[in-house]
Amino acid sequence: MMPSRRPLTSIAAALLAAACGCAALSAHAQLRIEITSGVTDPIHIAVVPFAGGVPAVPTAGADAATIVQNDLEGTGRFRAMPWSEMKAKPSAASQVVIPDWRASGNDYVVVGAVSALPDSELAVDFELLNTLTGEQLASQRFTGAPSALRNAAHRISNVIYEKILGVRGAFDTRIAYISVEGKPPAQHFGLVVADADGANAHVVLQSDAPIMSPAWSPDGTWLAYVSFENKRSTVYVQQVSTGQRQLVSARAGINGAPSWSPDGRKLALTLGGTDGNLDVYVLDLRTQQLTRLTDDPAIDTEAVWAPDGQSVYFTSDRGGGPQIYQIGVSGVDRPRRITFEGSYNAHPSLSPDGTQLAMVTEDGSSFRIAVQDLASGTVRDLSPGPLDNAPTFAPNGAMLLYASIADGQSVLQRASLDGLTSQRLTSDQADVRDPVWGPFAHP
Amino acid sequence: MRRALPVLLAAAALLLAACAHKPTQPTPGSGTAVPGNGSGAESSGAAGANSNESAGAGGGGQEIAGPAAGLLAKHAIYFDFDSSEIKGEGTDIVSAHAKYLSTHPELHVRLEGNTDERGSREYNIGLGERRAQAVRQALLLQGAADSQISTVSYGAERPVDPGHNEEAWAKNRRVDIVYLK
Repeated sequence: MMPSRRPLTSIAAALLAAACGCAALSAHAQLRIEITSGVTDPIHIAVVPFAGGVPAVPTAGADAATIVQNDLEGTGRFRAMPWSEMKAKPSAASQVVIPDWRASGNDYVVVGAVSALPDSELAVDFELLNTLTGEQLASQRFTGAPSALRNAAHRISNVIYEKILGVRGAFDTRIAYISVEGKPPAQHFGLVVADADGANAHVVLQSDAPIMSPAWSPDGTWLAYVSFENKRSTVYVQQVSTGQRQLVSARAGINGAPSWSPDGRKLALTLGGTDGNLDVYVLDLRTQQLTRLTDDPAIDTEAVWAPDGQSVYFTSDRGGGPQIYQIGVSGVDRPRRITFEGSYNAHPSLSPDGTQLAMVTEDGSSFRIAVQDLASGTVRDLSPGPLDNAPTFAPNGAMLLYASIADGQSVLQRASLDGLTSQRLTSDQADVRDPVWGPFAHP
Repeated sequence: MRRALPVLLAAAALLLAACAHKPTQPTPGSGTAVPGNGSGAESSGAAGANSNESAGAGGGGQEIAGPAAGLLAKHAIYFDFDSSEIKGEGTDIVSAHAKYLSTHPELHVRLEGNTDERGSREYNIGLGERRAQAVRQALLLQGAADSQISTVSYGAERPVDPGHNEEAWAKNRRVDIVYLK
């Protein structure tokens, strides 16, 4: 279930860091998470520290429970019972005295244990109980190398979240973003991949020139991005696991805004040409065939695909200010305007089911994230501004991640789609921005 | 799965050789992906990547200080929010550089378009380019030759002032005229 090669790759990664003298790389963009708002009536859950450990990680049981607790509380929908207040520490459902946990105000109890398996692997068993009905809602085992404990805990969180809220969890997914260190003109840019909770941050590209607009391949193994390392914008695709990369567009003028088609075979791109007129194109990665989608003297850019792969949404100022339009990828349609509220709507991002459009909207000099229901046209503000940017949906559609400025620093902000909860991800060492949430890790 | 290790080790060796000097450096991520799986992007080299390359856009030439007398000492043209209209003193600065370029045909300039940080970063790339093109057109109209001018847009990525206020934004909404040998 979890890959046993993890320890080996960790060794190689350590070697790599040591070899480069770049050991600070993976540390410098580590994110801290804090809850900036939560629901007023959270679900009370007791995640009892799991029993056991293994020689490699003696505290594995407690570690797993901590990660699960942080995952659930990080959504703003759960409140976890402090361990110090627990009068008992059961590790299996058979040991749980349900009325006691109900009496201490808990809606649910999670118990579990970590045990050693042959070949240095470990098993994490957990059970989820409803204190009102006494019903066992889940009982499952995850196995793998000790280094995969964090991933196992995230998958336990997925199960709990889905059982209680009825929505698939996305705790074991990854995000990518840009980190910026230093002040102009001596800034250092990093393309960073991290777990959805900000842990395990790895710099996968570092540069003294700007990097922007990361985009995940649909299978979550590649990133496309824009790099200015050649003193102008060019688009690369890079395999996340190996760092192997390929230049895919260095045409005259601007090369920008890559977005993978749902089948992973094409990239939508913005090209500027020698006359500097930005239009949207589609590049077939296998045949290198380039199809022009828009042809207008306006700025046409930052296309994103509809889930069915038949159309893209993009920003254009052909009507005056920037607005979102939709156009079919067959190249014969005329674009259809999608946004009508406000004078500035840009950076479209589509929910995984294609029904919601998130964007940056400006009203009265405040830039907020807004979400438009595509069927009804209803628009609502999701973020308070004043300098919010770059919304991206979680693969379960329940949350959005976006860039914001807080206390003079660039940070990432997560918010539930209903606007009720939000969390901030900050880095002590760097400005972080331009986030993009990756796909589900498992089908 | 096990193929990941040699690839990583090879990457480590490569980086060992290259890490110290290369300014832009990809590094392997956390290793949860399966190499070679899926996207098809690994096939067929970087075909098309350099097709239609022109001498015009960006790069090339070595940066030099450029002229420094009078208005020519000013190398930045400033703009209003979401506007590419050259205004006020900017008009005179552009005229001075156009005249200078027309009498120094051996010189080249790179026009670097920039915006403030607000709003979409990719839209800002477009806006920065539009500003650079506006200065380019003004230079051409006043005697500079097309072959002397290239443009690049950094959008909001290269601020002069990293502040998050109007004072900083006003400094960042600019086209820099960079002289090249």
